[in-house]
Amino acid sequence: MIKRIAQTAGFAGLLAAIVLTLLQSLWVTPLILQAETYENAAPAAEAAGHEHAAAVHDHAAHDHSHAASHDHGAAWAPEDGWQRLLSTGLSNLVVAVGFALMLAGLFTLRAPGRTWQGLLWGLGGFATFSLAPSAGLPPELPGTEAADLLLRQYWWLGTAAATAAGLGLLAFGRHQALRIGGVLLLALPHLIGAPQPEVHASLAPAALAQEFVLASLLTNALFWSALGLAAAWFFGRARSA
Amino acid sequence: MSSSALSSSASVSLPLSQRLLLAVGSCLLGAALIFVAGFSHLEVVHNAAHDTRHSAAFPCH
Repeated sequence: MIKRIAQTAGFAGLLAAIVLTLLQSLWVTPLILQAETYENAAPAAEAAGHEHAAAVHDHAAHDHSHAASHDHGAAWAPEDGWQRLLSTGLSNLVVAVGFALMLAGLFTLRAPGRTWQGLLWGLGGFATFSLAPSAGLPPELPGTEAADLLLRQYWWLGTAAATAAGLGLLAFGRHQALRIGGVLLLALPHLIGAPQPEVHASLAPAALAQEFVLASLLTNALFWSALGLAAAWFFGRARSA
Repeated sequence: MSSSALSSSASVSLPLSQRLLLAVGSCLLGAALIFVAGFSHLEVVHNAAHDTRHSAAFPCH
């Protein structure tokens, strides 16, 4: 069974990562690169923004080191071009295999009877890891003012966990009370609300930011559909083999 | 959890406790991979996975 999980996660993750990297190269990354031209053109504004964030959140040291990384001066960063594409592709692979491992693990509890049911699992993953967190923390271009990183990461993780549990209860709960609990879990993170910056500001124009939200959501929806279908197919195939 | 008789999967051959263990273990391992690529504060990892993080709408910067 471990071999079956590993095979499913490896192959489905690889396939979905290729899909994701292609889609990103076509639509998402060009938007990021475009936003970075605004960021690089306005280093003074960026520095001011970070000082502001530092003052607000009293995390001066953290934000300072962060500003340095943003200029890609402190630590290694891939050069624009094939290096950046390769490191993004590899990062995509790590993330995709991670998500695929979760799916394959859950399949040991509830194996999809048909490959198309993988699409439902994929859409569940999209809702859990993309749609619900994006409702509070929309996909952001570089150079966008945001609340403290750690707080946003906590909210993101909490939202994903609550959404996963909520969807699980809705889909598999046998009693009405469990389903109501599922709906409450889905709503809870959004009632609490995502951490927001004191001032909403962005270096890139609003139209670019809006297009990025659309690009990110659509790309992730297609990635998750591919991942869910591929995982269900490989999982079913490993059984018959 | 039901070990429903509907399931024709080979997974029913394993007892529920073992399947639960596998599911939890896989989810933890998967979460660890996602954490490294998507959430680590290490500068080098952040830089390498930068576009992935923005694209996936992981909190970044």
